[in-house]
Amino acid sequence: MKVPTMAELAAEGKTPEILFWVGCAGSYDQRAQKITRAFATILNHCGVSYAILGKEEMCTGDPARRAGNEFLFQMMAYQNIKVLNGYGIKKIVTICPHGFNIFKNEYPELGGNYEVLHHTVFLQQLIDEGRVVFSEDNALKGKKITYHDSCYLGRSNGVYEAPRKVLEAFNAEVVEMARNRSNGLCCGAGGAQFFKEEEKGEKRINVERSDEAMGTGATVIASACPYCNTMLTDGVKNREKENTVQVLDIAELVAQSLQSKNNSK
Amino acid sequence: MLLIAQVLFIIVLALATWLFSKNIVQIRRNILLGVEEDLTDQPQKRWRNLLLLAFGQKKMFRNPLVAVLHFIVYAGFIIINIEVLEIILDGILGTHRLFREPLGSFYRFVINFFEFFAIGVIAACAIFLIRRNVIKLKRFISKDLDGWPRSDANYILIAEITLMSLFLIMNATDPTVHNDPFVVSGIISPLFSGVSTETLHTIERTAWWIHIIGILAFLNYLPYSKHLHILLAFPNAYYARLEPMGKLDNMPSVQNEVKYAMEPETAPTGESQPTKFGAKDVMDLSWKNLLDAYACTECGRCTAACPANMTGKLLSPRKIMMDTRDRLDEVGKNIKKNGQFVPDNKSLLYDFITEEELRACTTCQACVQECPVSISPLDIIVQLRRSLIMEESKAPQEWNTMFSNIENNFAPWKFNPDERDEWTKD
Repeated sequence: MKVPTMAELAAEGKTPEILFWVGCAGSYDQRAQKITRAFATILNHCGVSYAILGKEEMCTGDPARRAGNEFLFQMMAYQNIKVLNGYGIKKIVTICPHGFNIFKNEYPELGGNYEVLHHTVFLQQLIDEGRVVFSEDNALKGKKITYHDSCYLGRSNGVYEAPRKVLEAFNAEVVEMARNRSNGLCCGAGGAQFFKEEEKGEKRINVERSDEAMGTGATVIASACPYCNTMLTDGVKNREKENTVQVLDIAELVAQSLQSKNNSK
Repeated sequence: MLLIAQVLFIIVLALATWLFSKNIVQIRRNILLGVEEDLTDQPQKRWRNLLLLAFGQKKMFRNPLVAVLHFIVYAGFIIINIEVLEIILDGILGTHRLFREPLGSFYRFVINFFEFFAIGVIAACAIFLIRRNVIKLKRFISKDLDGWPRSDANYILIAEITLMSLFLIMNATDPTVHNDPFVVSGIISPLFSGVSTETLHTIERTAWWIHIIGILAFLNYLPYSKHLHILLAFPNAYYARLEPMGKLDNMPSVQNEVKYAMEPETAPTGESQPTKFGAKDVMDLSWKNLLDAYACTECGRCTAACPANMTGKLLSPRKIMMDTRDRLDEVGKNIKKNGQFVPDNKSLLYDFITEEELRACTTCQACVQECPVSISPLDIIVQLRRSLIMEESKAPQEWNTMFSNIENNFAPWKFNPDERDEWTKD
């Protein structure tokens, strides 16, 4: 698919409106790549002026910092800020709440000041502006969907409503888990847990959360973070429910419905 | 006789005040053992937090029923303390109900109002005792509270019930209000109907003395108890960090070191001071973390919301706060005994909080979100983690692999950085 890079555009003397920060999961993880492609599809569909860093993008340092390795975090931040400022980046959209949080809250005091949007907020804006339109009979209409709040989007940064508004735009039936918004339960991946075995306990956190999600009777669990997505997918598989319950990112749901709109034409 | 009572009262009052101030000075000294941190910016937001979170108990209202009960106890405690002013003045001056004359009929209204609160406080405390000891809510039977902390909570509730009952008995048996009783105590006054005026007076005096000595004893119990939150919740709300919960504290020393490595020309000449990274003991934490520890009322809302704890891991954010306070008390005693801190081969990390506990945290901030008195257990966890990794290179093998991948391949997994944009090829 056609995805412009900052380097290409810079060579042509162009500056895109936004930088799409893909992130490590979005770049390398096979499941998360689908989310990345879905979001790029939407950007292309809407004719958004954007670019990615491509090979110049690096880990933001989030898992290192949260594990306690401040040196490694600072090294990554230093290099990323150098690249971002070098291109004169003003606005960043991420598909991962961890990158979103780090750009928004932690890079500014290191010299990296950007306007940062999480993709769910960006998608809501596209819908509000009428740039993304869903057909009346989109595939999700009337479907029972539950939304899982990512900690670094919700509690960290207070983004609770944008992803829900996107779901409502499908005319889907949005059902809430008991623990939602500021009471939301972690998927178990944060704080660099994703990169190690869980400490010993009675239950896995992701299973606890996906059990709660499936308990709502929803057939789609909507996520807004590639790590949450993986954790919840594993939780659903753990209960052998992968044939009846899907875990999909908000971007994937939007991209799916875009397609169905195109098909109906 | 009256003069002896007055002198006795003044001695008791002075002793209680002296003892209390001494303990508070000690606690303040302990808190200031922490690393300096300026938390005085944006005073408007801070006053707002003080009003909403401490006075208004906003976070308690995440559970409205408990919030209302707690609010009655809290408001009752503050409001009835106005009555304590009269009691203290009576005690010093040898007067009886000093405010009755000047306030006139308003006095009756005020005391009636206090009495309604007293009944409310008794009822709420009784419900709280039931929640702890009969219904046994999960966060109250947790092993975090084994031993002293569990008794502490019950003692406080029993003390509040006792103090309020004494206040009512005192009013019910006061011969000077016998003909025109107050509303609530008037209901129990028939219990004393067969009693001679002299005996009534003795009961009233006894209740009066036990009540005020009880209050002074309660005051001096606070520094040893979780109940200190009734005082420290206020400064804790004021000095609460105003940044988004997901933002970790920057470490300028590390930031600079990386900068000097990347741009050697910016490095200052001369030997740099050796710095300690992260926190191993309480003195390495910020003073705000230590204030947090004293402000903690051990309610366990943090632990009940902790994903690690609820799935059976060892981590309990409440225990992190209790451990911090226990260790700080220990360090404080050490200083008091030796004049300065003499190393005791112990530290907060390892001797109180284990690696396994720290490793279980997902940094989800649920504990910070839940805390009604603006405590951040997460902040302590992260600083201890920093010490583990940066001072002692203690990380699980998978984390070391992740670190080296980030360092060499710029991603937490071992992928070729040149393939970062491979996803565009499909």
